[in-house]
Amino acid sequence: MLSYAFRRLLSTIPVLWIAVTACFFVLRLAPGGPFDGERSLPPAILQNLAAHYNLDKPLIQQYFYYVGDLLRGDLGPSFSSEDFNVAQQIMIGLPYTFTLGMTAFALAIIIGVAVGCLGALYQNKMPDYVLGAMILVGVVFPNFLIAPILQLVFGIQLAWLPVGGWGDGSLKFLVLPVVVMALPHAGRISRITRGSMIEVMNQNFIRTAKAKGIGPRLTVMRHALKPAMMPVVSYLGPAASYLLTGSLVVESIFGLPGIGRYFINAALNRDYGMVLGTVIFYMVLIVFLNLIVDIAYAWLDPKVRNR
Amino acid sequence: MTDTIKNDVLLELKDYSITFKTPDGDVKAVSGMNLTVKRGERIAIVGESGSGKSQTFLGLMGLLAKNGQTSGQALLEGRDVLALKPRELDKVRGKDMAMVFQDPMTALNPSLKISRQLTEQLEIHRGFTARAASVEALDMLKRVGIPDPTRRFNLYPHELSGGMRQRIVIAMALLTKPKLLIADEPTTALDVTIQAQILDLFNDLTAEMNTALLMITHDLGVVAGLADRVAVMYAGRIVEEAPVDELYENPAHPYTAALHAAIPRPDQDVDELVVIPGRPPNLQHLPKGCNFSPRCPKAEDDCIDGPPQLETVAPQHCAACFHPFPRLEELLTHA
Repeated sequence: MLSYAFRRLLSTIPVLWIAVTACFFVLRLAPGGPFDGERSLPPAILQNLAAHYNLDKPLIQQYFYYVGDLLRGDLGPSFSSEDFNVAQQIMIGLPYTFTLGMTAFALAIIIGVAVGCLGALYQNKMPDYVLGAMILVGVVFPNFLIAPILQLVFGIQLAWLPVGGWGDGSLKFLVLPVVVMALPHAGRISRITRGSMIEVMNQNFIRTAKAKGIGPRLTVMRHALKPAMMPVVSYLGPAASYLLTGSLVVESIFGLPGIGRYFINAALNRDYGMVLGTVIFYMVLIVFLNLIVDIAYAWLDPKVRNR
Repeated sequence: MTDTIKNDVLLELKDYSITFKTPDGDVKAVSGMNLTVKRGERIAIVGESGSGKSQTFLGLMGLLAKNGQTSGQALLEGRDVLALKPRELDKVRGKDMAMVFQDPMTALNPSLKISRQLTEQLEIHRGFTARAASVEALDMLKRVGIPDPTRRFNLYPHELSGGMRQRIVIAMALLTKPKLLIADEPTTALDVTIQAQILDLFNDLTAEMNTALLMITHDLGVVAGLADRVAVMYAGRIVEEAPVDELYENPAHPYTAALHAAIPRPDQDVDELVVIPGRPPNLQHLPKGCNFSPRCPKAEDDCIDGPPQLETVAPQHCAACFHPFPRLEELLTHA
């Protein structure tokens, strides 16, 4: 198991390298630079800045500087912030993004699995249709549409919840952004759960369980749920990365101080270091989440363990 | 006197039918079946694929597909199992009646340890603690001939061979000491040497526990050593029922005789295997009269007049045929 995890980690190194390289050069293709503002700076200052950040060196040399720093665990300076380097800025935003993402992730799994199971057990009956239609709303409407609607209804019309911001970090500030982030994933998870549950309930070993007279509750919870979760778990890896990238938009809409906001601002300001740093951070996180998914997979299917 | 006879009866199927609703109309998989099973009795149900033999007992266990519907009565110790609510049925199945399924490779849950799958019905039906259930289950594993049961107890199904898995399935069914054990082609998926061992196991354990055994099989050869009585099914009906020796010596129904002739014998040189001509009938478009008549070598004009009823042809021996084969003694006296 451990050597399997280690091999998985090693195999991500080339992936990370390719992504870093591609990101580095593509960013430089975009017109403009970190110090282009509406009021242009005197050429002498620009030259000093460029020299300070090595921007006056040939691109390929800059690339090797960057990768060298990266190998030493240094994400480099932020071009737009003198006070904090890239790593520090990410650490400032991380708690917000993490809280938001994990809460949404958990909510999506709980709602998705519950709705999916009910749909499967009441296949083509009333609860299946009603829940299925409700969950579809979350899937078909994009979050940048649902978010303002919820803000209007619950934030302004009913005034039950704050429209945005982090406030004191209490639950009421979390509700809307978390719901907006969780909805589409809850929908997809419920569809996957439903399909997989229906399939599992038709398996011979479920017939065996029924024949044992252990009752419908144990038949579903003990015998069907675990094998039915396999396709769901394999979706959770991509879902986690969608949640992270989706948080960029949601954080902007709700004005939350997470990493996403730094990322978008950095991209607009051509803050090369910050953009690259955030991308690398996201990638490492996604790789890590996928690893967790693989381990969960081994727990669900004992056959995977022996490989 | 009548009381003791009554108490002797374990299961009674009365005018038992199974209908499947399909988009093309109703399909009657089992029609008007009557069968009595005594305590500790071993009955073989023989028939081709699609004769309704498996569905009969899946229906009894409440395991039919969603579009399946039972009618008639199935009295287990006088209580109609078919009329039970799901909750009440769950108190009977797995406890008083248990089932061993055809394919041991898929009958066990791949994601649960053997131990979990064995102990749960003891905990539920007999109120055992986890510990007591483990002790009991380990003992049962020993009895079904699993070597080193303590180690295997904590394995997953995929870590065991097919024969081993079928032993587990049998242990699982017998754990609660059911009064009725239904075995649905329990040896079909196993190779021949294992088949014999598994059949012996059924024989020994059901005798030990005085459990009635209903062995569903398409192999008349399997039946000989194992059953007291045989019921032959064709197109959803019992066409002949007799004690096993009687059925072998004096098959009355041409279908039974044909099945019998189709068993390959190692002691006889044959160029070609004996087959029954034609195919089993489509249950949606059953032939007129006797269902077997289109394939029957003895069919006569009156065979399509109406379905033949099960009638006694000898003591304890009934057949549903207008022109049954005469008994061996009768042939001899005529000669």
